[in-house]
Formats: sequence, C-alpha cells, structure tokens
Amino acid sequence: MSKPVIATASLAGCFGCHMSFLDIDERILALVDLVEFNKSPINDIKTFTKPVDIGIIEGGCCNSENVEVLREFRKHCKVLISLGECAIMGGLPAMRNAIPVRECLEEAYFHSPTIDPADPKIMPGDEDLPIILDKVYPLHEIVKIDAYLPGCPPSADLIWKALTSLLEGKPLDLSYNLIKFD
Amino acid sequence: MSKPKTPIHFTVDGKKCQAFLGQTILQAAKDNGVYIPALCRWEGFEPAGACRVCTVRVAGRTMAACTQPVTEGMAVENNVPDLQDMRKSLIEMLFVEGNHMCPTCEKSGNCELQALAYRFQMLVPRFPFQFPARKVEAAGKKILLEHNRCIKCLRCVRGVRTRDNKAVFGALRRSRDKEITVDQALAAALPEKQARQAMDRCPVGSILRKEVGFVVPIGKRKYDKEPIGSDVEKAKD
Repeated sequence: MSKPVIATASLAGCFGCHMSFLDIDERILALVDLVEFNKSPINDIKTFTKPVDIGIIEGGCCNSENVEVLREFRKHCKVLISLGECAIMGGLPAMRNAIPVRECLEEAYFHSPTIDPADPKIMPGDEDLPIILDKVYPLHEIVKIDAYLPGCPPSADLIWKALTSLLEGKPLDLSYNLIKFD
Repeated sequence: MSKPKTPIHFTVDGKKCQAFLGQTILQAAKDNGVYIPALCRWEGFEPAGACRVCTVRVAGRTMAACTQPVTEGMAVENNVPDLQDMRKSLIEMLFVEGNHMCPTCEKSGNCELQALAYRFQMLVPRFPFQFPARKVEAAGKKILLEHNRCIKCLRCVRGVRTRDNKAVFGALRRSRDKEITVDQALAAALPEKQARQAMDRCPVGSILRKEVGFVVPIGKRKYDKEPIGSDVEKAKD
C-alpha cells in the first residue's frame, strides 16, 4: 500500500506554523516513514504531482494568489486543515480589515517614515503582481475546510496529535492543554 | 441580608441542591459545586443579565441564571447538549462581533472569553467575522481602553467607582452600537490598587492598566492549565 500523501502551504502567514510543525523534533523521522510529502515549502515541490490525502495551510487569504493556491489545494486534497490563528480568523494581517485598502497602501508607500519626501510617489501596480483583496479572509470563508487547529503557533504536540489521529482514522480528541489561541 | 435565611431545595440536572431564598440560580449552583458558565457576572456587582452565557432552562423556558432567583422545587437544566451548544454559539458570536486577536492581547491566558472558548472547545466560530472598525483610547495616564476587544458586559460600568462613588466608566448608545466610555480624569486619579482592579474586572483585554502588560509568563496564567470553572467544580469534591 502506498503511503498517505501530505501537502502544505503558507499563505498570508509568517511561516511560524511551519516552524512549529518542524518542532515535532525527532518524531519527524517517524513521520517520514509514515507519509510522503508532495507540494510543500519543506521539500520545495512547487506543483501538485498526485492526489493528496492531507493538505495543511497556514495563513489567511490577503491577495488573489492566496485564493488561487487555496483553491488548488482544495481541488487536490481529500482533507484540508486550517492551521493557526491567521488561517482560522485572519490573524495579525486581518488588523487591516477595518481600514480601506487604498489607505493601507498609501500609508505603506507614501506616508511611512522610511519614505523620502523627495522621492516620486510610486505604488506598485504591475499586472503581474497579485491583487490585494478588500480584506484578509479566513480560509473557511473561501473554501470548505475539514479541520481547524488553533494557536499562534499551534503547538507541535497539537499538530502531531492531529496528524496521527487522521492517519490512524481516529476522531480528533483534543485535551485542554492543546487548544490555545496564543 | 439581616433576615433569617430559609433553606430551600432545588435540582440542577437532577443533582439535589440546597439554597437560600433570595439567591440567584447561579449563586446557588456555585454553592453546590455546580459551575454555570457566565461572562458578565461579577460577585458583588448587581447582576446585569447582559451576556446570556449563563442561560439555563427551567420548566421548558430559558432564563439567565445570574438574574433569576432560585425557588423551592425548581428543576434547573444546565449541562445539557442543546444549552451548551447555545452558550458556545454566544461565545462564538462575541468572537466575530469584535476584533479578538488573542496572540497580540495582554489578557491572553487570563481572559474569561478566551477561557470559555477553550472550555467549550471552540476551534472556529460558526459565524462570519465582522471585523468592525473600533478605536483604541490610549491617551489616558493609567487606563487604556481597547474597544476592539470589548464585549459590553458592563462590569466596568457597574463596578469601577471612585472613593466618593463616582462611576469611572459609562455606556453610550444601545444594542450593537453600544460603546463603553471612560472618564479619563477620574481614571487617572484612581489609586494603583483600584486601577489594577479595573483591569481585573474586565473579562477581556479591553481595560488595561498601562505599562504592566505580559507580567505573568505563559504556563503560569490563570487559564493555562485548567478550564475556567474548575475551582467551582473542585470546591465540592
């Protein structure tokens, strides 16, 4: 029997959830025996090459590229996991959600303290750049999500528990100390 | 409280309990080691019935346990699946109604809203996030008011007063437009102990004593190890 396949991605996140994933320490050796990794920043595979059993995504959706990657994951993954505060509720990037996009961009490119007043005011607008969304969206507001692992970052123990439960086909039974939002 | 206390009997989920006439369901349940989750409740303040997280059911009718007096023979439903789910949905509503960014909050780990979300195993709210535009009032000398996190429980309005009994906090408007205001002059004059109390009495991270954030390390905060309500449930074991 072939091994279950895992894929991961970081959208509007800080890669902290991926770092926490690596914090499973020596258990990663067991994981390598148990599963095969497909598209993921961990192995640098850029495109899906086969159907995936478990997709894990950190970060919310802040631009058109995030949405595209998320939909791609939904298409290829049997089970899709929303990993961490940003994926679940937008997190820190969502702090801009009550501010109009134009105001945010003008603050960053026109008025920030590091802008030289003598410089021409340029806001990046190349057609090759992903378009910034009106606000940062949690993943489940864009595609169907099957499981949520909260935390900033979610602890390595939580990620390990969720993965092993899924691989063993057991229901996810989370103890009190595993659910933390910070 | 000078009248003689008459003992009365009631049940919570079938458990026989004893109370005194005049006690609310919530108080009486607590004295019998039964935890009814609540947010706007603060022992010693006039109950407000604002958050409805303490909703119980008696004779088929739902009611706020913090305001409803207990009566002889009352059969209270508390820990039943549909009520628990309703409470959970109320907590979820509070999460989507404001901007609750736990990782950035000084109150994280000591926050009662977060602790209830942990207790109810809220992994994601079932409602869409509102991301309202709220402000931060940081100009005060001692007290910072973070409206993004306010759940309008009115604990501060009811319970934070100066020595000459002036209210430090007030409420503007009604319903979802309700907003808490602070008299910064009175707040600045609060003695240190009272300023800290104001922060402690806020169930979330909305009222903060300035310059003292993140004092208790992760792992030693109030709700790091045990769910909210454990103290009530343990007291009678």
